[in-house]
Amino acid sequence: MKEENARAYWAANLRLILTYLAIWFAVSYGCGILLVDELNQIQMFGFKLGFWFAQQGAIYVFLVLIIMYAHSMNKLDRKFDVHED
Amino acid sequence: MDIQTLTYLFVGGSFALYIGIAIWSRAGSTKDFYVAGGGVSPVANGAATAADWMSAASFISMAGIIAYAGYDASVYLMGWTGGYVLLAMLLAPYLRKFGKFTVPDFIGDRYYSNVARTVAVICVIFVSFTYVAGQMRGTGIVFARFLEVDVNVGVVIGMAIVFFYAVLGGMKGITYTQVAQYCVLIFAFLVPAVFLSIMMTGHVFPQTGFGATVLDAAGNDSGVYLLQKLDQVVTDLGFTQYTEGSKSTIDVFFIAAALMCGTAGLPHVIVRFFTVPRVKDARISAGWALFFIALLYTSAPAVGAFARLNLIDTVNETQYTELPDWFYNWENSGLIGWVDKNGDGAVQMRAGAPFDGKPNFAGSRDEAKGNQGERVVTNAPTDNASEVYIDRDIIVLANPEIGNLPAWVIALVAAGGVAAALSTAAGLLLVISSAISHDLLKKTIKPDITEKQELLAARGAAVVAICIAGYFGINPPGFVAQVVAFAFGLAAASFFPVILMGIFYKRMNKEGAIAGMLVGLTFTFCYIVYFKFVSPDLNTAEHWWLGVSPEGIGTLGMVLNFAVAFAVSRVTAPPPEHIQHIVEDIRIPRGAGEAHAH
Repeated sequence: MKEENARAYWAANLRLILTYLAIWFAVSYGCGILLVDELNQIQMFGFKLGFWFAQQGAIYVFLVLIIMYAHSMNKLDRKFDVHED
Repeated sequence: MDIQTLTYLFVGGSFALYIGIAIWSRAGSTKDFYVAGGGVSPVANGAATAADWMSAASFISMAGIIAYAGYDASVYLMGWTGGYVLLAMLLAPYLRKFGKFTVPDFIGDRYYSNVARTVAVICVIFVSFTYVAGQMRGTGIVFARFLEVDVNVGVVIGMAIVFFYAVLGGMKGITYTQVAQYCVLIFAFLVPAVFLSIMMTGHVFPQTGFGATVLDAAGNDSGVYLLQKLDQVVTDLGFTQYTEGSKSTIDVFFIAAALMCGTAGLPHVIVRFFTVPRVKDARISAGWALFFIALLYTSAPAVGAFARLNLIDTVNETQYTELPDWFYNWENSGLIGWVDKNGDGAVQMRAGAPFDGKPNFAGSRDEAKGNQGERVVTNAPTDNASEVYIDRDIIVLANPEIGNLPAWVIALVAAGGVAAALSTAAGLLLVISSAISHDLLKKTIKPDITEKQELLAARGAAVVAICIAGYFGINPPGFVAQVVAFAFGLAAASFFPVILMGIFYKRMNKEGAIAGMLVGLTFTFCYIVYFKFVSPDLNTAEHWWLGVSPEGIGTLGMVLNFAVAFAVSRVTAPPPEHIQHIVEDIRIPRGAGEAHAH
């Protein structure tokens, strides 16, 4: 039972990581590098959108991702009863 | 008070603060020395990581690089922040659970092999020394410019300060001084950034001012967006558009990946996460670190854009004799050089280098004066219309002067530059000393030494490391600037894959890990050495493998590492039972003890 629980916890963690890393990839490599020319056709305030992602947006999203991951994992730790303290 | 006195006051005051903290936080045990006793709060660790991470280069050079490269510099912004996402999700929490002192510790134990440990120690030392030499030099340069002492005297003063708190306090002393250094450096960076933003766009936050409309000379809204105007102005002068790139997409992609994975694999960053009490603290601490870093990294591109526009406005087509004082001051320091190619007495900023390399002067201004009173440059001029060389490092250091900001802001920037250089140097020196005293001495050569002897050895190793770093600071090897690619490339090609597989792939064994590390390292090392040192003249896109520059080759090295490690591990015996248990154990947060040596 204990082993099964650990395995399920690990699988749930991997799913979270893959989801968040997909977003991580999309905003930096996707919007900031690969699709930058297409996105630059769109103007957002004084920024071309692709340029904004590359110099501002990606960093904000990175920060949000880490905070969300830390938060989700705290919940997951409790759900599978593997939390500390 | 004049600028000089203020600068002495600010820099001196910050030094007194660092020394005070060092005395308060002396290390009493190896645990204190290596991981600050494992009791640092995630917020403090975040600030310390940020100071550790942001070097003299981030503080002094980055905004300048962005100002000149525009979109092309985005790869540094994303590359040096995106790595924290990888750290938070893939490395930091599990390494914290593992609960040892160093990166070679993990590699040596997980791969049950002293060969793996020794390979890791060599990488740690190489990567860290590459980095630290530049930091010492940076300290010297800031001292030389602002306190008007000799660069070498500046290096020695920097060594003395680091010596004091790194040797005395170890990781504990370093952590708390880094928190103080972070406060000094971020304040020093943001104050001029906010001033500039208000001056140019009326926005308090540089991050929004960056996308706002510029104010005209009378302070009224001109209705033109800053970036639009910048694109217009630079293309008129023959430069590429500020918001468009000129590098190939594949190269940018590989460089970004090498910087991200390199960041996540740098030993002095990883060990910071050994200092927090719990696994959950390690996760959120990476978030705090990125928050503190992002304050600077989202302001820097704004500062770059403001500075570029400001600089062109002030300097281009202005008569040399009517330029503001800072221009002459930096010309005296040798970071600006002007040749009046068309003989009109005005400064023309145009695309292309005005002459070959950095300016060499015929003598001081008094000894060799040109027609307009400028210092005479002896370099062979190029045949384009570009007349002025402006070193990109000036952008941040001279911003307060270019923007006519009060004298205390200039003094503050000096203190910030020194804080950035010292904090990074101290973190690196600690990693070097613990690799020697812990991984090499205690774990490999002489396992029976007592804790007291080990602590003494750690302090001794720190002393030696400081002296070597100081030597490189005073006699910088010519290649320092070119080997930054090394540190990231090698970390990406060696540590990152090996640690990642150690956690996520239970079947990975020592044969696979060692083979992967060696192949990744050798490949990356040879590629960089070939293009940077053996045949630098071939270092152009058409000769690169798959169009990947030496800066981005670490990514390919990393892919090779993964592939080789996987293949070798499939045909060799699986790791022993107890290793597989270790891997299962580090995946679960519960039961994380304090970091200890076992």
